[in-house]
Amino acid sequence: MKILKYMAGCVLAAGVALTAIAAQAAEPIRIGEINSYSRLPAFLDPYKKGWQLALEEVNAAGGIKGRPLEFIDRDDGGKPGNAVTIAEEMISKEKVTLLTGTFLSHIGLAVTDFAKQNKVFFLAAEPLADAIVWKSGNRYTFRLRPSTTMQAAMLAKEAAKTGAKKWATVAPNYAYGKEAVAAFKKELTKLVPDATFVEEQWPTVFKIDAGPVVRAVEAAKPDGIYNVTFGGDLAQFVREGNLRGTFENRTVVSLLSGEPEYLEPLKGEAPKNWIVTGYPQGAIETPEHKVFFDAYMKKWGEAPKLGSIVGYNVVASLAALLKKADAYDAETLVNTMKGLEVMSPSGKFTFRAQDHQATMGTWVGKTDVKDGAGVMVDWFYADGADYQPSDEEVKSLRPAE
Amino acid sequence: MSFYFAQFLTGLSSASSLFLVACGLSLIFGVTRVVNFAHGSFYMLGAYVAYALVQFVPGSILGFWGSVLAAALIVALVGVVVEILILKRIYNAPELYQLVATFGVVLLMQDAILLIFGGDDQFGPRAPGLDSVVRVFGEPIPEYDLVLIALGPIVLGALWLLLNRTRWGILVRAATLDREMVASLGVNQSWLFTTVFFLGSFLAGLGGALQLPRVSINLLMDLSIIAEAFVVVVIGGMGSIPGAFIAALLIGELNAFGVLVLPQATIVLAFVVMAVVLVIRPYGLLGKAETLAHVAGQVELPIRPASTLAKSIAGLLLIGLVVMPFLAGEFAIVLATDVLIFALFAASLHFIMSNGGMVSFGHAAYFGLGAYGAAFVIKYAGGSMELALLAAPLMAAAGALIFGWFCVRLSGVYMAMLTLAAAQIVWSTAYQWQDLTGGDDGLLGIWPSEWAKSKTAYYYLALVLCGGGILAMRRMIFSPFGYTLRGGRDNPNRTESIGINLRQHQWAAFIIAGVFAGIAGGVYVFSKGSIFPDEAAIPRSVDALVMVLLGGVQTLSGPVVGAGVFRLLEDEISRLDYWRAILGVIIISIVVIAPEGIAGFIKKIAVKAGFERNEEQAS
Repeated sequence: MKILKYMAGCVLAAGVALTAIAAQAAEPIRIGEINSYSRLPAFLDPYKKGWQLALEEVNAAGGIKGRPLEFIDRDDGGKPGNAVTIAEEMISKEKVTLLTGTFLSHIGLAVTDFAKQNKVFFLAAEPLADAIVWKSGNRYTFRLRPSTTMQAAMLAKEAAKTGAKKWATVAPNYAYGKEAVAAFKKELTKLVPDATFVEEQWPTVFKIDAGPVVRAVEAAKPDGIYNVTFGGDLAQFVREGNLRGTFENRTVVSLLSGEPEYLEPLKGEAPKNWIVTGYPQGAIETPEHKVFFDAYMKKWGEAPKLGSIVGYNVVASLAALLKKADAYDAETLVNTMKGLEVMSPSGKFTFRAQDHQATMGTWVGKTDVKDGAGVMVDWFYADGADYQPSDEEVKSLRPAE
Repeated sequence: MSFYFAQFLTGLSSASSLFLVACGLSLIFGVTRVVNFAHGSFYMLGAYVAYALVQFVPGSILGFWGSVLAAALIVALVGVVVEILILKRIYNAPELYQLVATFGVVLLMQDAILLIFGGDDQFGPRAPGLDSVVRVFGEPIPEYDLVLIALGPIVLGALWLLLNRTRWGILVRAATLDREMVASLGVNQSWLFTTVFFLGSFLAGLGGALQLPRVSINLLMDLSIIAEAFVVVVIGGMGSIPGAFIAALLIGELNAFGVLVLPQATIVLAFVVMAVVLVIRPYGLLGKAETLAHVAGQVELPIRPASTLAKSIAGLLLIGLVVMPFLAGEFAIVLATDVLIFALFAASLHFIMSNGGMVSFGHAAYFGLGAYGAAFVIKYAGGSMELALLAAPLMAAAGALIFGWFCVRLSGVYMAMLTLAAAQIVWSTAYQWQDLTGGDDGLLGIWPSEWAKSKTAYYYLALVLCGGGILAMRRMIFSPFGYTLRGGRDNPNRTESIGINLRQHQWAAFIIAGVFAGIAGGVYVFSKGSIFPDEAAIPRSVDALVMVLLGGVQTLSGPVVGAGVFRLLEDEISRLDYWRAILGVIIISIVVIAPEGIAGFIKKIAVKAGFERNEEQAS
């Protein structure tokens, strides 16, 4: 009897020890995610749903090397200073392995610089500013979404095919708008050397007075219009322009306007025949996208938006990184991330070693209206790898490490 | 020529839209003296409610206009609820408390609308029957624009009749001139205020609902309209409805033609015009000089040096701050650095508000100037952090020197509005001058020198600079300079008549406050590593006001307490969903329950409990 008790005790002790080991092994990998959730719910709600779905899938499949992945997400209220404070907290108090997130370019840049100073790995999810990987780029920062210049280059290539020579631009009056116009001008004049820009309109972001802007564009009588306004400004611009026939018999090229976040609110008034970058959701037939689309529909009861796919791809990228990396210090993570291949619903992409930009692409097509809703037609997937400047140029744009 | 005429008409329709929002704001201010920050929220609510109602009656002309009116009525009722539940309790408090309370309403409404209507942008239908253009001299003009152009003068006329031809209007005008007199003549003033709030909110809701066919409806509408509405009201003269109409015309046309000539400058144009008008005509185009309200029972007690008890508490606090890094974690140190910076920032605002009686709605200008001044030294002069921290107050002082000269010529709300205009000029310059400031992308890589790199070292640096700044200002408050300022605040005439150049003293105080705000900005930029125009924007100015009022205007320790509570509160609750609503409710509750602020409230209790001497007993 005594020996039985002894053996039972041994088994119990071993059991306890094993559970302890298992618990230690299953300690989650913590990821710090900072974004302007309260400021821009229209964009960040789909984004959050995207990463939540991906996180669930990763953890259901056993996590990363047996450890679950955990996101600590915080709202910065749209203030860059708050984002930096939160980043400090995530590093020192929450003990996260790496940082990700941000939507607004300036907040992305603030965290980019924080990552450099504190030698922390940071994957910028949504901000478009070129500076994140070029002018202010650094060893510790990577960026997922195709940059302003990449998307402008995609549009310039299509715009060049239309034959329009005289162009007018309409862009919000801040860094993003200026960068988007400069990039488009540069790319277009490469392809169409005799293209001219006859009118520039710079409405205040989120405060466009669309009537006068449309009239000014009209007065310049351009062949083509390049639009960078988005959200509420875009809606107003479209409505005033449609009313006055500004877009008739003109080529219109428009950045991001095919993204469901911007196209859907326009409903039946969505412009027709604009050349845009965007996301034709339900129409994409690739098997990897179908799986994502169905899973998203099933979980959230609504179609994904562009933000959803970015959010999903953040987790896909980080999961691939953490699976491949043999240690989780910042240096190893950075070295592993360089040239890392990621399988995602939008296809395979890599993180370029030369400037830390992902080659994730976007969809380019034309807008149309079907059943009272804006859609993208004649679209194709523009692979980000095809719209990159030469390596020498990148080298001159990026500060030396 | 026909093109310019069409552009003129487009400008008119924008002007009408602006007037509809601004006239309600002006009306409310004229009678109740409440600077209603929530007016933009009512405008946004009007648009959302109208959007929701229109969905039930698609395409019907009667349905569309019915929805617009119903939305305005619903907003008016919400306005009445806000007035009765919140503002009615604080009419006797200084104007600023009402401003801060309405800011709490703004936060609350943002989350309420998000909760009810969802976060997606909405695009309303065009007005049925008015969905195409008419040709005017061959130029296409949207029909709805013509309706708006007509609506502006119609509303103006209706308001004129209401104010000049009805008994209610006579009472309202009398209350605008002298509300105590009206009250003593037996008019139910409280009821009058409620009706004014009803009408003002109705107009805000109407303005929002009428935008349905023009703009997309989103959660940023409130703050983007409120700044513009303030400009219109101030240019027109606060409380003057015809003035608001003229000002709206001015701004509307300025925008319409501005985009043709200077498409880049539209952000700053309106604020430059506002500054110019205020300098030339201090009370706006049609405004009248502020009548001094005979506020009863609100005479401030003279300040006294800290009691032994208060001194020992302050000493303990200081010891606590010095030993803190040895006890707390790294993040606590970061957060404490933040609190120190904001305490100095709030204290600098408190310095002019409490002692000089000068309210600044744009104190972030000096915070931002200081931060940019420091950043420029690092970025362009290749200087060190030490040099940069010296440049910060200098740059802020230069700004305060220029703006202050104009600002001290005004008083009360007009002065506050001029400080707001000054701050907007600083902000838009930072935002637009991309070559110098990096525009919205800001300036990066502004980190402390090697020796101050660790969080602890930087914390001590912040403690010395910010703590030192606060003590220096406290010293000035008890100096003859401080007494002169308070004398000027309580009785400008008497002060002037004993041979004191009050304006010069106020100007000096303004610059001093700018200097300390600049130091706070300089310390801030090195703690974050980067600077963006946001640091000079309206929300940062509001932060400062909220901190001062939370702590208590009439208490010297107020700004320090307020900054600590506000920053820690924000950090704690921003982890929750709908945290803005929670913050809004907290702000409103403090203003309603303890209008003397947290520090003032504690002091009151201390006096009651006998720990502190009461002034009356002392004298």
